[in-house]
Amino acid sequence: MVNMIRDRQTLMLFGGILALLVVATIVGQLIKLRKRHSVDNTVVDNLNARIRAWWVMSVVFALSLLTGGIGSVILFAALSFFALREFITLTPTRPADHSALFWVFFIITPLQYYLVFAQWYGFFSVLIPVYGFLFVPSRIAISGDSNAFLERSSKIQWGLMVCVYCVSHVPALLMLEIPGYFGKNARLLFFLVVIVQLSDVLQYVWGKLLGKHKIAPVISPSKTWEGFIGGVLSATLIGTSLWWATPFTVWQTMGMAFVITVMGFLGGLTMSAIKRDAGVKDWGSAIQGHGGVLDRIDSICFAGPIFFHLTRYFFT
Amino acid sequence: MRKIVAKGVVGIARLLAGGNVRRVGFTPDERQRIYFANHASHLDFVLVWAALPPRLRAMTRPVAAKDYWDHGFRRYLGVKVFNAVLIERTPTSESPSPIDILLDGLGDRHSLIIFPEGTRGDGSTIAPFKSGLYRLGKARPDVELIPAYINNVNRILPKGEFVPVPMLASVSFGEPMHVGDDEDKSAFLARARNAILELRQW
Repeated sequence: MVNMIRDRQTLMLFGGILALLVVATIVGQLIKLRKRHSVDNTVVDNLNARIRAWWVMSVVFALSLLTGGIGSVILFAALSFFALREFITLTPTRPADHSALFWVFFIITPLQYYLVFAQWYGFFSVLIPVYGFLFVPSRIAISGDSNAFLERSSKIQWGLMVCVYCVSHVPALLMLEIPGYFGKNARLLFFLVVIVQLSDVLQYVWGKLLGKHKIAPVISPSKTWEGFIGGVLSATLIGTSLWWATPFTVWQTMGMAFVITVMGFLGGLTMSAIKRDAGVKDWGSAIQGHGGVLDRIDSICFAGPIFFHLTRYFFT
Repeated sequence: MRKIVAKGVVGIARLLAGGNVRRVGFTPDERQRIYFANHASHLDFVLVWAALPPRLRAMTRPVAAKDYWDHGFRRYLGVKVFNAVLIERTPTSESPSPIDILLDGLGDRHSLIIFPEGTRGDGSTIAPFKSGLYRLGKARPDVELIPAYINNVNRILPKGEFVPVPMLASVSFGEPMHVGDDEDKSAFLARARNAILELRQW
């Protein structure tokens, strides 16, 4: 921990986030002062609530990185747990699914993160897609309720894949052995999470400023082509400017950042489709102004595994 | 020690169920209250209890079935930690009447959490209310009756299951009510049950 604090690159990364938060807070307060008498106060209040939540999330994330490996494993395990809780709450399970759900929450999820901690890649990569995939429908079948059987099984499998398997690839970045990058993997985690979240914010900002042409109005009324293109390009550029903290060259960093932002967009869009189908706006209300945990990490769910495998395939 | 255990139980309840509380025309304060709620799970009273501000928890006593809560660890939790009022589900002629026990438990400073359906349902419907709530309301017109709707707890720990699973639940408190001066038993019980059903929309 002390070494990381002394490290100049780490200080620069954290300093950058700190500067961003300070600027965002000042801008938010300025907008609030100017808009005091107008009608649209809910949008401004929501913006400031979001910024306050960003402070908390950034501090938690920074602390998890400073502890080295174990902190981020615990943080992302908790995020998976809360996200899965939101996912299953909106999934119409039946009493016969109770035992399967118990296993999913209290055996499979902790085991997946234990495997991340133990850096057992072989088992980590098949636990949920192979063993979990076969276990869930088997356990439900033993309970003997055939009503909407395939639907119930697949929804639980889906929750497990998105909320646990996909998310667990973020701390799994710590197990990659990249030549010349030993002990610096926490920065990959930082790179991924910051770019995904910046891309979300920038897509929102560009969409509010210029958004006209909706991409899929039924699924997400707020996602526009202008927001998507502006957000992806600006987040990719910011990501590229962090090349010095990654094991990649400038062009490789740009490619990675581009893939991360596009995958993040697809994650947000896909998870929105599930929300619309369930008839809700947000997955929950755990984070002030943002909705649920899953609303905040939906883009990480999709970007995480792809970034992990691209890095693993090309750089280890 | 009891306070630590109580905090632990509230923490576990939050971990499983989240901390979602809605108040529709209800402000929690030190007045004596009888909270009445729908019943689908052993966790119900913990959720209602945890949904109150910490300073009110110490003065709020859940009402629970004696046969289930009167042994071993459950007794420790129920009687020592939550200060529950235990009543017989099937009163014998020698035992004091359940209403007297409840009035005694209420005293002049406690609040109660009761489940007027009398038994746990499957969470899909709310059974007709037993008369205890009416008789309490008649005997203590000074105490406000607060409807509370507990959503989704039946999925956390359904009837017949031993281990809970995480699921976001919520507790919604409604407007205080009283038994009307010339309101008869069935009219009041129907009105009270409807008050909980209406909270479903929130």
